[in-house]
Amino acid sequence: MKILVCISHVPDTTSKINFVDDATAFDKNGVQFIINPNDEFGLTRAIWFQQKYQAEVTVITVGDASCEPTLRKCLAIGANKAIRIDLNPTDGFQVAQQLSAHCKEEKYDLIIAGRESIDYNGAMVPGMLSAMMRYNFVTNCVELEIEGNTAKASREIDGGIESVSCQLPLVIGAQKGLVEEKDLIIPNMRGIMQARQKSLTVQPPVESQIKSSISKFEKPAPKGAVKMVEPDQIDQLIDLLHNEAKVI
Amino acid sequence: MGILIYTESENRKFKKSALELASYGRAIADQLGLELMAVSFNHSDPQTLGTYGVERVIQISHPSLENFTAQQYSANLISVAQENGVKLVLLSSSANAKYLAPLLAVSLSAGYASNVVGLPKSLQPLTVKRSCFTNKAFNTCVLDSEVNIIGLSNNSFGISENPKEISAEDKSATPTATNLEVEKVEKASGQVSIADADIVVSGGRGLKGPENWYLIEDLATTLGAATACSKPVSDMGWRPHSEHVGQTGKPVASNLYIAIGVSGAIQHLAGINSSKVKVVINNDPEAPFFKAADYGVVGDAFEVVPELTEKLKAYKNS
Repeated sequence: MKILVCISHVPDTTSKINFVDDATAFDKNGVQFIINPNDEFGLTRAIWFQQKYQAEVTVITVGDASCEPTLRKCLAIGANKAIRIDLNPTDGFQVAQQLSAHCKEEKYDLIIAGRESIDYNGAMVPGMLSAMMRYNFVTNCVELEIEGNTAKASREIDGGIESVSCQLPLVIGAQKGLVEEKDLIIPNMRGIMQARQKSLTVQPPVESQIKSSISKFEKPAPKGAVKMVEPDQIDQLIDLLHNEAKVI
Repeated sequence: MGILIYTESENRKFKKSALELASYGRAIADQLGLELMAVSFNHSDPQTLGTYGVERVIQISHPSLENFTAQQYSANLISVAQENGVKLVLLSSSANAKYLAPLLAVSLSAGYASNVVGLPKSLQPLTVKRSCFTNKAFNTCVLDSEVNIIGLSNNSFGISENPKEISAEDKSATPTATNLEVEKVEKASGQVSIADADIVVSGGRGLKGPENWYLIEDLATTLGAATACSKPVSDMGWRPHSEHVGQTGKPVASNLYIAIGVSGAIQHLAGINSSKVKVVINNDPEAPFFKAADYGVVGDAFEVVPELTEKLKAYKNS
């Protein structure tokens, strides 16, 4: 079984979000970058299949050389090899096109990407990739089992869980729940040393289109001061919620 | 030429997000002078949509569409969009809508922006504001394809009536070959989901253990609210993952968010930022959540919450 895990290199969840160049670019200054958490849940599940079925796990990202430490971390976690497509992408459509060109060459049985990245929150790459490949697609995936050529997957829906079965090849939009947080793999020294020997290849991008572009960033307007209510004045809180905030 | 909305319903009733999309689509259709169309699956109550400004409803019914599957629903939406020369497709931010939108975008060769808040800043070229960095920021996004798709953030535009004469037509289902089968759908009955709730009541570690969750549940039941929790609470297994709200959990965009015993880590705040009014109850006056709150109570949850629940019951009955 051949598995591809698509990795997004994103600012750590605790990062302060600021912008530079007249609010047209994210301020990377002092920001720690990590594997997109949704991708990491997917990668961990892929490693589980690697151990159970001797699946070969490739990680891929579309980005410039600054993404390489994140790919090395994926190798240290256990991925067999890494690929970087050397392009600083403009939108999710472009990323999906780059990935689909690669997937058409390599014929993976299973492709896993986080359901969305925590920076741009586009939530489009896995779905677009599945449509370009004409593969089955299950997003918000919280359970995935594979038996021969059949996958059983569950996805979170609004207010519940839906279970489906389908044939491979399959694209998964991974999220929290696909593996438990405690089962995420923290690379040990041996993994880190081995990762240095593993293959990380850089490939040139294919020709691709752009469907959307970001012209400007802005931060939410600062909010007003909190109104404090004394714990023995709960009637006042109800009054404020009804008459002032008008939410009850 | 026209604008198409995908309407979602539950138990044969349109969801609030469908009516919000109709209101939103109406506002854009008026500016562009275009017709507002809607697709509804297995549903026949076009009048409700007419109240919110839809002019034409295309009803598609088929046993194979009883359960949502992205493959079948997207094939049907694509065929409607193509047959009618649709320029703009509008979807909500529900789990199903976010599943469909990228599939539509590839087939219609469309530009797509998710998490859009409010009306477009400009229509030529189509320029929208959307949230990013998990609600810690916004970006302005330009979509200049022939066909474009907007995923509207739930509760970001609101519902407004604008009655129109509505025509309804039936369309036969577009067949799709798929080997993906829905085997089971488990839904908690009678419970409001976090995505659809007007009010969300959320608990954190301050509640000390899962046995105390009756405090959250009683308050939520009184308010007709959904229940949620912080990341540590779901990580410790006190509550299911599906209740975790925050950066790596679910986003919340309710009218009212009540956080009890949640300290307010930056990742949690990111997830709930688009809620309109935030109430924080915490015994620690230094809890960072108070800085992000609209109303705060420094007090013991075990005393404040039961009193709040009782007084709300009395208020609701009065």
